[in-house]
Amino acid sequence: MPELLTTGFLTALVVGGLVAGVPLLFASLGEILAEAAGVLNVGLEGMMLTGAFVGFIATLATHDVWIGLAAGGISGLLVSLVMVILCIRLGLDQIVVGVAIVLTAEGTTAVLHATLYGDSYPRLDAAPPLAIPFLSELPVLGGSLFNQPPAVYLGFILVGVVAWLLRRTSVGLHLRAAGEQPGSLDAAGVSVVRVRTLAELACGTLAGVAGAYLAIVGAGTFVPFVTNGMGFIAIVIAMLARGRAWWAVVGSFLFGMSLSLTTALQLVGIDVPVDVVQMLPFVSVIVVLIIFARDARLPSALGLPYLRGSR
Amino acid sequence: MTQGTTGPDFVRHRSVPPAAAPAVELIDITKTFPGVVANDHVSLAAMRGEVLCLLGENGAGKSTLMSILSGIYRPDDGRILVDGHAVTIESPRHSRDLGIGMVYQHLSLIPTLTVLENLMMGANPGLTLNGDQARRRFGELAASLGVSVDPEVRASSLSLAQQQQVEIIKALWKGSRVLILDEPTSMLTPQGIAELQAVLRGLKRSGLAIIFITHKLHEATAVGDRVVILKQGRVAGRLDPADLVGLSHADLQQRIVMMMFGDTTAAGADIAELRDVAGSRAASRPRTSEPLLELAGVSADGGRGERGIEDVSLDVRGGEIFGVAGVDGSGQRTLAEVIAGQRQHSGGTIRLAGRPIDGLSISARQRLGLRYVTDDRLGEGVVSSYPLSMNLVLKRIGQPPFWRRGRVNRAAIQRNAVEAVGAYDIRTPSVDTRIGKLSGGNIQKALLARELYLSPRVVVFNKPTHGLDVKTIAAIRERIRGLASDGVAIVVISNDLDELLDLSDRVAVLDAGRIAGVVPTGQGAEARIGELIVGVTTRQAVE
Amino acid sequence: MTAPLGSPETVLDVAPVQWRGAAVVDALVRSLGPIVLALLTCGLILAIVGRDPVSFYADILQAGVLRPSGLQDSITRMAPILLVAGGMIVAFRAGMWNLGSDGQYLLAAAFVAGTAPSLLAAVSAPLGWLMLGLLGMAVGAAWTIIPAWLRARYGLNEIVTTLMMSFVGSGLANLLVKGPFDGPSTVPQTAVVDVSLRLATLPGTRIHIGVIVALVAVAVVYLIFSRTSFGMRVDVLGANARAAEHVGIGVPRLIIVTFLASGALMGLAAAVDMLGIFGYMRADWNPAYGLKVVPLVFLARLNALAVIPFAAFFSVLSIGGEYAARRAQLPSDFLLLAIGLVLTFMVITQYLTDKRERGEQILPRRRAAAARA
Repeated sequence: MPELLTTGFLTALVVGGLVAGVPLLFASLGEILAEAAGVLNVGLEGMMLTGAFVGFIATLATHDVWIGLAAGGISGLLVSLVMVILCIRLGLDQIVVGVAIVLTAEGTTAVLHATLYGDSYPRLDAAPPLAIPFLSELPVLGGSLFNQPPAVYLGFILVGVVAWLLRRTSVGLHLRAAGEQPGSLDAAGVSVVRVRTLAELACGTLAGVAGAYLAIVGAGTFVPFVTNGMGFIAIVIAMLARGRAWWAVVGSFLFGMSLSLTTALQLVGIDVPVDVVQMLPFVSVIVVLIIFARDARLPSALGLPYLRGSR
Repeated sequence: MTQGTTGPDFVRHRSVPPAAAPAVELIDITKTFPGVVANDHVSLAAMRGEVLCLLGENGAGKSTLMSILSGIYRPDDGRILVDGHAVTIESPRHSRDLGIGMVYQHLSLIPTLTVLENLMMGANPGLTLNGDQARRRFGELAASLGVSVDPEVRASSLSLAQQQQVEIIKALWKGSRVLILDEPTSMLTPQGIAELQAVLRGLKRSGLAIIFITHKLHEATAVGDRVVILKQGRVAGRLDPADLVGLSHADLQQRIVMMMFGDTTAAGADIAELRDVAGSRAASRPRTSEPLLELAGVSADGGRGERGIEDVSLDVRGGEIFGVAGVDGSGQRTLAEVIAGQRQHSGGTIRLAGRPIDGLSISARQRLGLRYVTDDRLGEGVVSSYPLSMNLVLKRIGQPPFWRRGRVNRAAIQRNAVEAVGAYDIRTPSVDTRIGKLSGGNIQKALLARELYLSPRVVVFNKPTHGLDVKTIAAIRERIRGLASDGVAIVVISNDLDELLDLSDRVAVLDAGRIAGVVPTGQGAEARIGELIVGVTTRQAVE
Repeated sequence: MTAPLGSPETVLDVAPVQWRGAAVVDALVRSLGPIVLALLTCGLILAIVGRDPVSFYADILQAGVLRPSGLQDSITRMAPILLVAGGMIVAFRAGMWNLGSDGQYLLAAAFVAGTAPSLLAAVSAPLGWLMLGLLGMAVGAAWTIIPAWLRARYGLNEIVTTLMMSFVGSGLANLLVKGPFDGPSTVPQTAVVDVSLRLATLPGTRIHIGVIVALVAVAVVYLIFSRTSFGMRVDVLGANARAAEHVGIGVPRLIIVTFLASGALMGLAAAVDMLGIFGYMRADWNPAYGLKVVPLVFLARLNALAVIPFAAFFSVLSIGGEYAARRAQLPSDFLLLAIGLVLTFMVITQYLTDKRERGEQILPRRRAAAARA
């Protein structure tokens, strides 16, 4: 199908992939950090949703994208404090608390939105893109790839930071140790609780930023349940990436593109049901899992609380 | 930091003049837990350039004492002096900063990290990992200890002896004045023990104070410059350098046994040197002419990080106790699980009383009288949140009289538990008590009760006395002998050679999943078994 | 991604206990305490957003219980809740986090709603209901096969796989409704089952017999776990999977069986909803019972009988809550907030009562360490 390779199609695909992929990227990078440290953050969806709501309000009030993203990040961080206190400090079950966070965040944001705005859905102005000189003038994809809201670039920088953090720093080393064998880390004189807290707070912040990006840059508005399962997709991406930050890029944009493939295909006159396209990434992941099932693995202390003296 | 403990220079000090104050001194340390006095006014001092052996049975309070020194627990009472200065050890980190290095019995390297990463954990100054600096430090310490390990490989690829060497390097990483070794020989081959002793000699010369924790009498007298004997949380006796040099081996042993048990005739099942009559008792047991358990060329994959077994053949007659020795991780668990039916074997045949049982399930083998007492009591042996009574019937779910046509009969389960508690002397508040609340010894007795019901014909014991107290050990060994006298074929897998020599008629050495040889117990057996382990280990090192 | 993640059965203490005085009181505190705390907190939130919490709760009570039609609606709503809860209990007690119930439910709903009109036209209604119920169960069960197999064969973490299959399942359900099962209406939805062909109701009420089916189903689940050797095996698997292997329970087979049973109950919930209440399925429709029911089964401590009052509470809250929220000009998603808070308070209550039980002040489990020393 040669008509598939038109500029319009590719632009729509890439731009859509970026718009949908960036929040996935932020969130999955956060989840990678948390999982590396042994915290399965099921509440990711709730943290994203909170970030989306708070970030949206902040931008609506200030007309500043950056303030919105920051506010979203801070709200995500606050939500992740619940995980920190209940799961990391007290050792309660991470999955149950995660589910509670998702439900509470869904309910709270929906109620607050209705209280504040009733049935109206105020919209934001489009975020100003940041064009990279020269590159953005490249033919075909240049315009879409290098002419993006600045948060996209931030996302890419973040991948490098997370990769560096995990592999090349003592913090990353301690994170991985906390996920594999927390008792050994404790014996080495490093507080497991502190390391895990750090990872979880970073995860919450990134999830909050991801949600804020989704609402501010992606949708330009907040509607209840706007994250629509993206938090869970990010968890899947993080589990597949298994601590390798660069894989999160691949995963996020594959999922992001398939979420936007329908629009792109419609542009070139091919009508594929949106459901098919949205299922594709999951189907492909499941197929991959079936084929490579024996190689999959997670940090061995994932999801398990650590309390000193109960080794 | 004392100068003698940093860098490669610590081997250059041929001798360090004895300093006035001990490197570490504990004075009147008391620590109680609800219902237990773990340490009762314990005092001891570790001097530079000396090995202080802490000798005692399981539960004597050795581990608690060391947990106090390493900052995990705080003493209720008493003082700790480091180089003569009183300190309060706040945390493991603080303990390390005070120059106290700890090597635990259960090695704590993280298998998925490299050796270097394990060493840098908690010890890297600044945010960015400084691999070059760490590599240099590793090179220095490895050279001074005479250790050759590749720092870039994952810890999981090292042998146990190598892992322990890395642990020692880790303990010395920041320059320690005291090195604590908790039962360091329990996982090692005789070869590995010899290497460890060489390392210790070097460390002594460098002026380090070493605390060596053991429950083996001969180790204490061989390694220690001083020995402190702990019993039920108290110091039961001390031997000073003068005693250790001046007394003959036999006298030493007698003195220690006196200190530990009050008299020399006490049943010291844990003390290998007291063994005397095992051989004669074994000979008097009747044997069946045909083997009850036969393995012919059995191979199996390990799985879950366990080593597999290859081409294992053995046969055990009724009334015979067949020991399996070897370093931990040589395929012992796979062997036990294959016999029990818990793991499929890929080749060979297993026969029970001449009949192949290869395809049979665990429960079918159970019914034929083949039983398995696992070494992982809490991990897989029991469901710790379930009552004792339920745990006693776990291997017979769905079977009468406890279940009839799929329906549970609680009265029968209860009755069975009451009987087992009596017959096996299980100390428990009630049969409804969660089994996880019982002591290790009582859990083991419950497992015996579960496995030995009705008429066992072949029983596989994996480390049957590991981690138990002397009394229970004696009771369990007596029960194993009793079973053999009743004509049961018994396989005892253990990493405690003394135990195997005490119990078995023959001992097979398992190495890297293969049987390296089978030795009948009796005169010279210990040496031959040791040779087999060492020989094979050396060959492995060459490969 | 094999991992020894906590099993649902170890989240709460669900070891077999004798239900005597103190245990009952303790269970009540653990179960009702969180609900009361959550309702109080919700009241506070209502007050903060300028609604009168007293009249809000009064509305819930009024519309969900006191009004005859409301009471009947509440009882009817219990049917799918109970069945989904039953499905979760079966999986959770086996230690399997089946978090993909939404996909299993929706796919089964699509098949049932899609085939019901023609099938019910061809055979007698009771036979049709039976066949459609079985169809729903089969579809729901089928949708668990892949996660079950991956877990049983390779130990692959089922949380991820069931979640992913859930996304695929709801997509597939939409495709079916928009495609082969699309009805005559202009909006994408299945043909509507005639009211006369829907599940029979109890005489004089609007309560359909699906409620009876659901009650029977949870009673059966309860009996299986309290009386039978099968239930005991599942429990052992959930409490300690390695012990289950050690004592000779066929673990892979049991994982698959429990997953299938769990999915079948989800599918049955869908069938009951389609045949009893809705009569058709619209594209993109999703009641999303999944996460909402999780708190109920934990409050009931994975006990299938104890889940009944919690399901009733939830049904009242959701039927009455819709009305109360409308009156207070709030979205009905307020319910999610309430349920989320219940779950949060539940784990906290659990923590506090556990701590009290052990009689410990600072760090839990130190005693275990002492016993080893």
